[in-house]
Amino acid sequence: MTPREQEFLDYVQSGGQVETEDWMPDDYRAKLIKFIEMHGNSELMGVLPEREWILRSPTLQRKLALTAKVQDEVGHSQLIYRVVEDLGKPREQCLADLISGKSKFHNVFHYPTKTWGDVGVIAWLVDAAAIISQKALLKCSYAPYARIMKKICWEESFHILHGRDVILTMMLGTDEQRAIVQEALDRWWGPLMQFHGNPIAKEDDPMYVWRIKSQGNEEARQQFLDGYVPQIWELGLTVPDPKLGKRDDGVWEYTEPDWAELKHVVTGHGPRTAERLELRRSTREETEWVRRAMLAEAA
Amino acid sequence: MRDQVQKILEMADDELILGWRNSEWTGIAPLLEEDVAFSSIAQNEIGHARALYELAGRELGVTADELAFDRQPEEYRCSRLVELRLVPDWAATIARHYLYEQADAERIDALKQSDDLKLAGLAAKIDREEAYHRMHAQMWFDRLGDEPRLAAALEELRPLVDARGEHTPEFLELWEEMTSVRRSLAGATW
Amino acid sequence: MGAPSHAGGSGLIYEVFRQERKGQAFAHAGSVEAPNEEFAEAYAREQYGRRGESAALWVVPREAVHEIDDFADELQKNYHRVDGYPLKEKLGRARELAAKSPHGLSAGAG
Repeated sequence: MTPREQEFLDYVQSGGQVETEDWMPDDYRAKLIKFIEMHGNSELMGVLPEREWILRSPTLQRKLALTAKVQDEVGHSQLIYRVVEDLGKPREQCLADLISGKSKFHNVFHYPTKTWGDVGVIAWLVDAAAIISQKALLKCSYAPYARIMKKICWEESFHILHGRDVILTMMLGTDEQRAIVQEALDRWWGPLMQFHGNPIAKEDDPMYVWRIKSQGNEEARQQFLDGYVPQIWELGLTVPDPKLGKRDDGVWEYTEPDWAELKHVVTGHGPRTAERLELRRSTREETEWVRRAMLAEAA
Repeated sequence: MRDQVQKILEMADDELILGWRNSEWTGIAPLLEEDVAFSSIAQNEIGHARALYELAGRELGVTADELAFDRQPEEYRCSRLVELRLVPDWAATIARHYLYEQADAERIDALKQSDDLKLAGLAAKIDREEAYHRMHAQMWFDRLGDEPRLAAALEELRPLVDARGEHTPEFLELWEEMTSVRRSLAGATW
Repeated sequence: MGAPSHAGGSGLIYEVFRQERKGQAFAHAGSVEAPNEEFAEAYAREQYGRRGESAALWVVPREAVHEIDDFADELQKNYHRVDGYPLKEKLGRARELAAKSPHGLSAGAG
């Protein structure tokens, strides 16, 4: 590391903030772009499993709430890609890399949604897992990203309430509805446990070293379990992990998640990966003429 | 059924189905910024439908959701214009948006004059939101200008603006999907 | 604001400033990409106001925003700042002096 890079490292590690025009080490810039881009990709891909259910929402209220939630996610991807673009990678390039499989998005968005129960579980628990990471990003050393995280966290707060409302309504409903929720939870638990990534020590995680992330993976997962397992259990739902429990010292124990599955999925081999990327690719192709019309004498 | 309730349902059904069709663009619109904007328009339309169903529902003794979801396909009074599935054709989408907003403006103006104060009041509220829809449609209309796709779409869609009666096969597919979860457990609360 | 004023894709970048409540300052909220002012306004309205979270917005083309982040203060110009006035010691001495003359400080008073 050069002296200038070391100085930068000391600066961010003691809470220093970086703006778009500041000097930054090449490695910092590259890691930042990759991390933020993956977040943007995830918001955009997260839209696809949910939008099918907009069309099937069983009440007008749910239809409106779900449309607004998905709209927020698209809005988040807009905010995020703008940050990436100002760091030097144009939005069009990000979208092209997403579609070609060159860049990644979070594991949870590679899985199918099968019932209305999934809609509730995703909004309640997947969004909860995401918001834990997002709150930690409020302290990101790269200030433009930290600033948009404020807006993102504010908008996510209603998503979780909507999810909880969907679940609670079903749990108070019929036996079939309760069974639907349990079945969805059983399917989503594995991906949820993998969501925060394998428990690499934060000192070994370059994202933490550069203070892009302010929290280690295991820390995030523990926070998730601590916050949400009690909420799950108090509704009479079970978690499909017989080892899951909280020790006396406050640490949650659980069956080791399938890290091989996580790697397999995020490298583009999830059950719905190909289909969803194809939908993105084809709609982009069909609407290419619109972007050209917008570009024509942009002024 | 009273004439007025008929008219309310006609508008509510148009707004519901158009809102449904417009919400099909959420997540896959041509530009991210436009995706967000167009989704608001779709939500407003569903919101208008809901308010209109609530009004009609009070007359008929049913809830807005029951009117929106629990009727048989042949009981809906929407125009063929709104039933068409236009994704991923943005030119057709804008053409329909433009044509619909024009026709709707006239309809809303008439309702604002209604003797029924509740209806007139609701129409005024809807109109204030629709003002943004009209601005948005005009903005795109101006931007796409001479684009031949737009001209072609306008020509094709114009005759359908007030074409009511028989539904398109697409509408039946939409109805199936729209009511699928609700029909799976009749009477359940969601 | 040295980042490109043209987006990599469709258009121009417009900065959005947001006033949360009447009376508050406008703060930078983010940016939107649009082909012109009209679209930029529509998009800013949606991204930063659809939930009634803003009382008002300013939408400005990026190139119209000029950033200044260098200032020269080489010669310790503290005469016009609060840190140029350490009064504690002087105040202490003035109080001591006043205490020795209980009936006022007129020069030569008995």
